[in-house]
Amino acid sequence: MNSLKLTYEVDGEDFTRAGEASSNVKKQLRKLGISPEAIRKVAIALYEGEINMVIHADGGNIDVEITPQKINMVLKDHGKGIADIDKAMQEGYSTAPDEVRSLGFGAGMGLPNMKKYSDEMRIESTVGVGTTVYMTVNL
Amino acid sequence: MNVRQVAELLDAQVLCGENNLDLEVHDACGSDMMSDVLAFVKNQAVLLTGLVNIQVVRTADMMDMVCIVFVRGKMPDEDMIALARRKGMVLMSTRHRMFTACGLLWDNGLRGGVTDELVETDL
Repeated sequence: MNSLKLTYEVDGEDFTRAGEASSNVKKQLRKLGISPEAIRKVAIALYEGEINMVIHADGGNIDVEITPQKINMVLKDHGKGIADIDKAMQEGYSTAPDEVRSLGFGAGMGLPNMKKYSDEMRIESTVGVGTTVYMTVNL
Repeated sequence: MNVRQVAELLDAQVLCGENNLDLEVHDACGSDMMSDVLAFVKNQAVLLTGLVNIQVVRTADMMDMVCIVFVRGKMPDEDMIALARRKGMVLMSTRHRMFTACGLLWDNGLRGGVTDELVETDL
Protein backbone atom coordinates (compact mmCIF):
# COMPACT_ATOMS: atom_id res chain seq x y z
CA MET A 1 0.00 0.00 0.00
CA ASN A 2 1.34 3.40 -0.93
CA SER A 3 0.63 6.35 1.29
CA LEU A 4 -2.79 7.95 0.98
CA LYS A 5 -3.50 11.57 1.81
CA LEU A 6 -6.80 13.07 2.90
CA THR A 7 -7.42 16.78 3.37
CA TYR A 8 -10.34 18.50 5.06
CA GLU A 9 -11.40 22.03 5.79
CA VAL A 10 -13.14 22.46 9.15
CA ASP A 11 -15.88 25.09 9.20
CA GLY A 12 -15.47 27.14 12.35
CA GLU A 13 -18.89 28.72 12.10
CA ASP A 14 -20.98 25.59 12.41
CA PHE A 15 -20.80 23.47 15.55
CA THR A 16 -23.34 21.04 14.10
CA ARG A 17 -20.88 20.06 11.35
CA ALA A 18 -17.93 19.46 13.67
CA GLY A 19 -16.98 15.81 13.38
CA GLU A 20 -17.77 15.40 9.69
CA ALA A 21 -14.10 15.14 8.76
CA SER A 22 -13.40 12.58 11.52
CA SER A 23 -16.43 10.58 10.47
CA ASN A 24 -15.20 10.57 6.87
CA VAL A 25 -11.67 9.51 7.88
CA LYS A 26 -13.15 6.70 9.91
CA LYS A 27 -15.10 5.51 6.89
CA GLN A 28 -12.00 5.62 4.65
CA LEU A 29 -9.91 3.68 7.19
CA ARG A 30 -12.58 1.02 7.38
CA LYS A 31 -12.51 0.64 3.61
CA LEU A 32 -8.74 0.18 3.79
CA GLY A 33 -9.13 -2.64 6.28
CA ILE A 34 -7.28 -0.88 9.12
CA SER A 35 -7.74 -2.57 12.53
CA PRO A 36 -10.80 -1.43 14.54
CA GLU A 37 -8.59 -0.44 17.49
CA ALA A 38 -6.44 1.87 15.34
CA ILE A 39 -9.54 3.30 13.67
CA ARG A 40 -11.06 4.12 17.04
CA LYS A 41 -7.88 5.84 18.23
CA VAL A 42 -7.69 7.95 15.08
CA ALA A 43 -11.40 8.76 15.12
CA ILE A 44 -11.46 9.95 18.73
CA ALA A 45 -8.21 11.92 18.52
CA LEU A 46 -9.31 13.64 15.33
CA TYR A 47 -12.83 14.29 16.56
CA GLU A 48 -11.59 16.00 19.72
CA GLY A 49 -9.22 18.03 17.57
CA GLU A 50 -12.01 19.00 15.22
CA ILE A 51 -14.24 20.06 18.12
CA ASN A 52 -11.34 22.14 19.50
CA MET A 53 -10.90 23.87 16.15
CA VAL A 54 -14.55 24.89 16.11
CA ILE A 55 -14.71 25.92 19.78
CA HIS A 56 -11.43 27.81 19.99
CA ALA A 57 -10.13 28.70 16.54
CA ASP A 58 -12.86 29.41 13.97
CA GLY A 59 -12.00 26.25 12.09
CA GLY A 60 -8.86 25.15 10.29
CA ASN A 61 -7.42 22.38 8.14
CA ILE A 62 -6.84 18.69 8.72
CA ASP A 63 -4.36 16.61 6.76
CA VAL A 64 -4.25 12.86 7.23
CA GLU A 65 -1.56 10.64 5.75
CA ILE A 66 -2.00 6.90 5.86
CA THR A 67 1.10 4.77 5.33
CA PRO A 68 1.53 1.03 5.87
CA GLN A 69 3.21 1.72 9.23
CA LYS A 70 1.25 4.63 10.68
CA ILE A 71 -1.36 7.33 10.34
CA ASN A 72 -0.11 10.90 10.59
CA MET A 73 -2.54 13.71 11.35
CA VAL A 74 -1.85 17.43 11.17
CA LEU A 75 -4.47 19.86 12.49
CA LYS A 76 -3.67 23.46 11.69
CA ASP A 77 -5.65 26.52 12.71
CA HIS A 78 -5.20 30.27 12.69
CA GLY A 79 -6.93 30.85 16.01
CA LYS A 80 -5.77 32.71 19.06
CA GLY A 81 -3.11 30.16 19.99
CA ILE A 82 -2.36 28.46 23.31
CA ALA A 83 -0.47 30.58 25.85
CA ASP A 84 0.53 27.73 28.17
CA ILE A 85 0.59 24.33 26.47
CA ASP A 86 1.49 22.40 29.65
CA LYS A 87 -1.51 23.87 31.41
CA ALA A 88 -3.77 23.17 28.42
CA MET A 89 -2.69 19.52 28.57
CA GLN A 90 -3.93 19.12 32.15
CA GLU A 91 -7.17 17.21 32.53
CA GLY A 92 -9.94 19.52 33.63
CA TYR A 93 -8.27 22.73 32.49
CA SER A 94 -10.40 24.55 29.95
CA THR A 95 -10.86 28.04 28.57
CA ALA A 96 -14.08 27.09 26.80
CA PRO A 97 -17.13 29.25 27.54
CA ASP A 98 -20.11 27.87 29.47
CA GLU A 99 -22.18 27.55 26.30
CA VAL A 100 -19.69 24.95 25.04
CA ARG A 101 -20.04 22.98 28.27
CA SER A 102 -23.80 22.93 27.78
CA LEU A 103 -23.11 21.19 24.46
CA GLY A 104 -21.23 18.36 26.19
CA PHE A 105 -17.67 19.56 25.65
CA GLY A 106 -15.29 22.04 27.25
CA ALA A 107 -14.52 19.89 30.29
CA GLY A 108 -10.80 20.16 29.72
CA MET A 109 -10.54 16.64 28.30
CA GLY A 110 -9.95 17.47 24.64
CA LEU A 111 -6.15 17.71 24.48
CA PRO A 112 -5.62 14.99 27.14
CA ASN A 113 -7.88 12.70 25.11
CA MET A 114 -5.96 13.47 21.93
CA LYS A 115 -2.71 12.58 23.69
CA LYS A 116 -4.20 9.45 25.19
CA TYR A 117 -5.46 8.07 21.90
CA SER A 118 -2.44 8.96 19.76
CA ASP A 119 0.95 7.24 19.99
CA GLU A 120 2.79 10.50 19.44
CA MET A 121 1.56 14.06 19.80
CA ARG A 122 3.24 17.43 19.45
CA ILE A 123 1.74 20.91 19.66
CA GLU A 124 3.19 24.05 18.13
CA SER A 125 1.39 27.23 19.05
CA THR A 126 1.98 30.95 18.88
CA VAL A 127 -0.42 33.31 20.60
CA GLY A 128 -2.23 35.43 18.04
CA VAL A 129 -1.02 33.29 15.13
CA GLY A 130 -2.46 29.82 15.58
CA THR A 131 -1.91 26.25 16.62
CA THR A 132 -0.73 23.13 14.82
CA VAL A 133 -1.20 19.71 16.40
CA TYR A 134 0.73 16.74 15.04
CA MET A 135 -0.55 13.30 15.99
CA THR A 136 0.51 9.81 14.96
CA VAL A 137 -1.20 6.48 15.46
CA ASN A 138 1.01 3.48 14.77
CA LEU A 139 -0.44 0.54 12.83
CA MET B 1 -30.16 -8.40 26.25
CA ASN B 2 -30.95 -6.93 22.87
CA VAL B 3 -31.83 -3.36 21.93
CA ARG B 4 -35.53 -4.23 21.70
CA GLN B 5 -35.46 -5.30 25.36
CA VAL B 6 -33.76 -2.01 26.29
CA ALA B 7 -36.68 -0.17 24.71
CA GLU B 8 -39.23 -2.40 26.45
CA LEU B 9 -37.63 -2.10 29.88
CA LEU B 10 -37.52 1.68 29.60
CA ASP B 11 -40.95 1.93 27.98
CA ALA B 12 -39.12 3.95 25.36
CA GLN B 13 -40.25 5.25 22.02
CA VAL B 14 -37.95 4.01 19.24
CA LEU B 15 -37.23 6.87 16.81
CA CYS B 16 -34.99 5.20 14.24
CA GLY B 17 -32.89 2.10 13.62
CA GLU B 18 -35.82 -0.31 13.83
CA ASN B 19 -33.83 -2.84 11.78
CA ASN B 20 -31.20 -3.11 14.49
CA LEU B 21 -33.42 -3.91 17.46
CA ASP B 22 -32.14 -7.49 17.61
CA LEU B 23 -28.51 -6.42 18.20
CA GLU B 24 -27.12 -7.83 21.44
CA VAL B 25 -25.78 -5.34 23.96
CA HIS B 26 -23.94 -6.04 27.22
CA ASP B 27 -22.64 -2.71 28.50
CA ALA B 28 -23.92 0.83 28.76
CA CYS B 29 -22.86 4.22 30.04
CA GLY B 30 -24.77 7.27 31.20
CA SER B 31 -23.32 10.74 30.68
CA ASP B 32 -24.15 14.26 29.57
CA MET B 33 -20.49 15.07 29.01
CA MET B 34 -19.37 13.82 25.62
CA SER B 35 -15.68 14.35 26.39
CA ASP B 36 -16.04 11.88 29.26
CA VAL B 37 -17.71 9.40 26.95
CA LEU B 38 -14.78 9.78 24.55
CA ALA B 39 -12.27 9.44 27.38
CA PHE B 40 -13.63 6.52 29.35
CA VAL B 41 -15.98 4.43 27.27
CA LYS B 42 -14.68 1.16 25.94
CA ASN B 43 -16.97 -1.22 24.11
CA GLN B 44 -20.11 0.05 25.79
CA ALA B 45 -22.84 -0.25 23.19
CA VAL B 46 -25.56 1.91 24.75
CA LEU B 47 -25.34 5.58 25.69
CA LEU B 48 -27.92 7.09 28.04
CA THR B 49 -27.93 10.87 28.03
CA GLY B 50 -29.98 13.94 28.79
CA LEU B 51 -28.01 15.98 26.28
CA VAL B 52 -29.65 16.64 22.93
CA ASN B 53 -27.49 17.87 20.07
CA ILE B 54 -25.98 16.32 16.99
CA GLN B 55 -22.59 15.84 18.64
CA VAL B 56 -24.18 13.18 20.85
CA VAL B 57 -24.80 11.09 17.73
CA ARG B 58 -21.32 11.82 16.39
CA THR B 59 -19.71 10.87 19.70
CA ALA B 60 -21.63 7.59 19.80
CA ASP B 61 -20.60 6.95 16.21
CA MET B 62 -16.90 7.51 16.99
CA MET B 63 -17.25 4.98 19.83
CA ASP B 64 -19.07 2.42 17.62
CA MET B 65 -22.09 2.50 19.92
CA VAL B 66 -25.29 1.02 18.58
CA CYS B 67 -27.97 2.73 20.63
CA ILE B 68 -28.64 6.11 22.28
CA VAL B 69 -31.34 6.48 24.93
CA PHE B 70 -32.52 10.04 25.60
CA VAL B 71 -33.81 10.31 29.16
CA ARG B 72 -36.44 12.58 30.75
CA GLY B 73 -38.52 12.49 27.57
CA LYS B 74 -35.98 14.45 25.56
CA MET B 75 -36.37 14.21 21.81
CA PRO B 76 -33.65 14.45 19.16
CA ASP B 77 -34.30 16.70 16.18
CA GLU B 78 -34.66 15.60 12.55
CA ASP B 79 -30.96 16.15 11.75
CA MET B 80 -29.91 13.89 14.60
CA ILE B 81 -32.35 11.20 13.55
CA ALA B 82 -31.19 11.43 9.92
CA LEU B 83 -27.51 11.08 10.92
CA ALA B 84 -28.25 8.17 13.26
CA ARG B 85 -30.24 6.47 10.53
CA ARG B 86 -27.29 6.78 8.11
CA LYS B 87 -25.05 5.19 10.73
CA GLY B 88 -27.51 2.38 11.47
CA MET B 89 -27.87 3.53 15.06
CA VAL B 90 -30.99 3.12 17.21
CA LEU B 91 -32.31 6.28 18.88
CA MET B 92 -34.99 6.05 21.56
CA SER B 93 -36.58 8.34 24.10
CA THR B 94 -37.75 7.33 27.58
CA ARG B 95 -39.68 9.33 30.14
CA HIS B 96 -37.56 7.89 32.93
CA ARG B 97 -34.86 10.02 34.50
CA MET B 98 -31.22 9.08 34.08
CA PHE B 99 -30.83 7.35 37.46
CA THR B 100 -33.98 5.31 37.05
CA ALA B 101 -33.22 4.37 33.44
CA CYS B 102 -29.71 3.20 34.36
CA GLY B 103 -31.11 1.30 37.35
CA LEU B 104 -33.71 -0.51 35.29
CA LEU B 105 -31.10 -1.64 32.77
CA TRP B 106 -28.61 -2.68 35.46
CA ASP B 107 -31.30 -4.60 37.29
CA ASN B 108 -31.93 -6.57 34.14
CA GLY B 109 -28.34 -7.45 33.37
CA LEU B 110 -26.67 -4.57 31.55
CA ARG B 111 -23.33 -3.59 33.04
CA GLY B 112 -21.10 -0.54 32.96
CA GLY B 113 -17.95 -2.15 31.69
CA VAL B 114 -14.55 -1.66 33.23
CA THR B 115 -11.86 0.72 32.06
CA ASP B 116 -8.29 0.89 33.26
CA GLU B 117 -8.41 4.62 32.71
CA LEU B 118 -10.90 5.07 35.55
CA VAL B 119 -8.33 3.74 37.97
CA GLU B 120 -5.50 5.77 36.47
CA THR B 121 -7.32 9.08 36.68
CA ASP B 122 -8.60 8.37 40.19
CA LEU B 123 -12.18 9.35 39.48
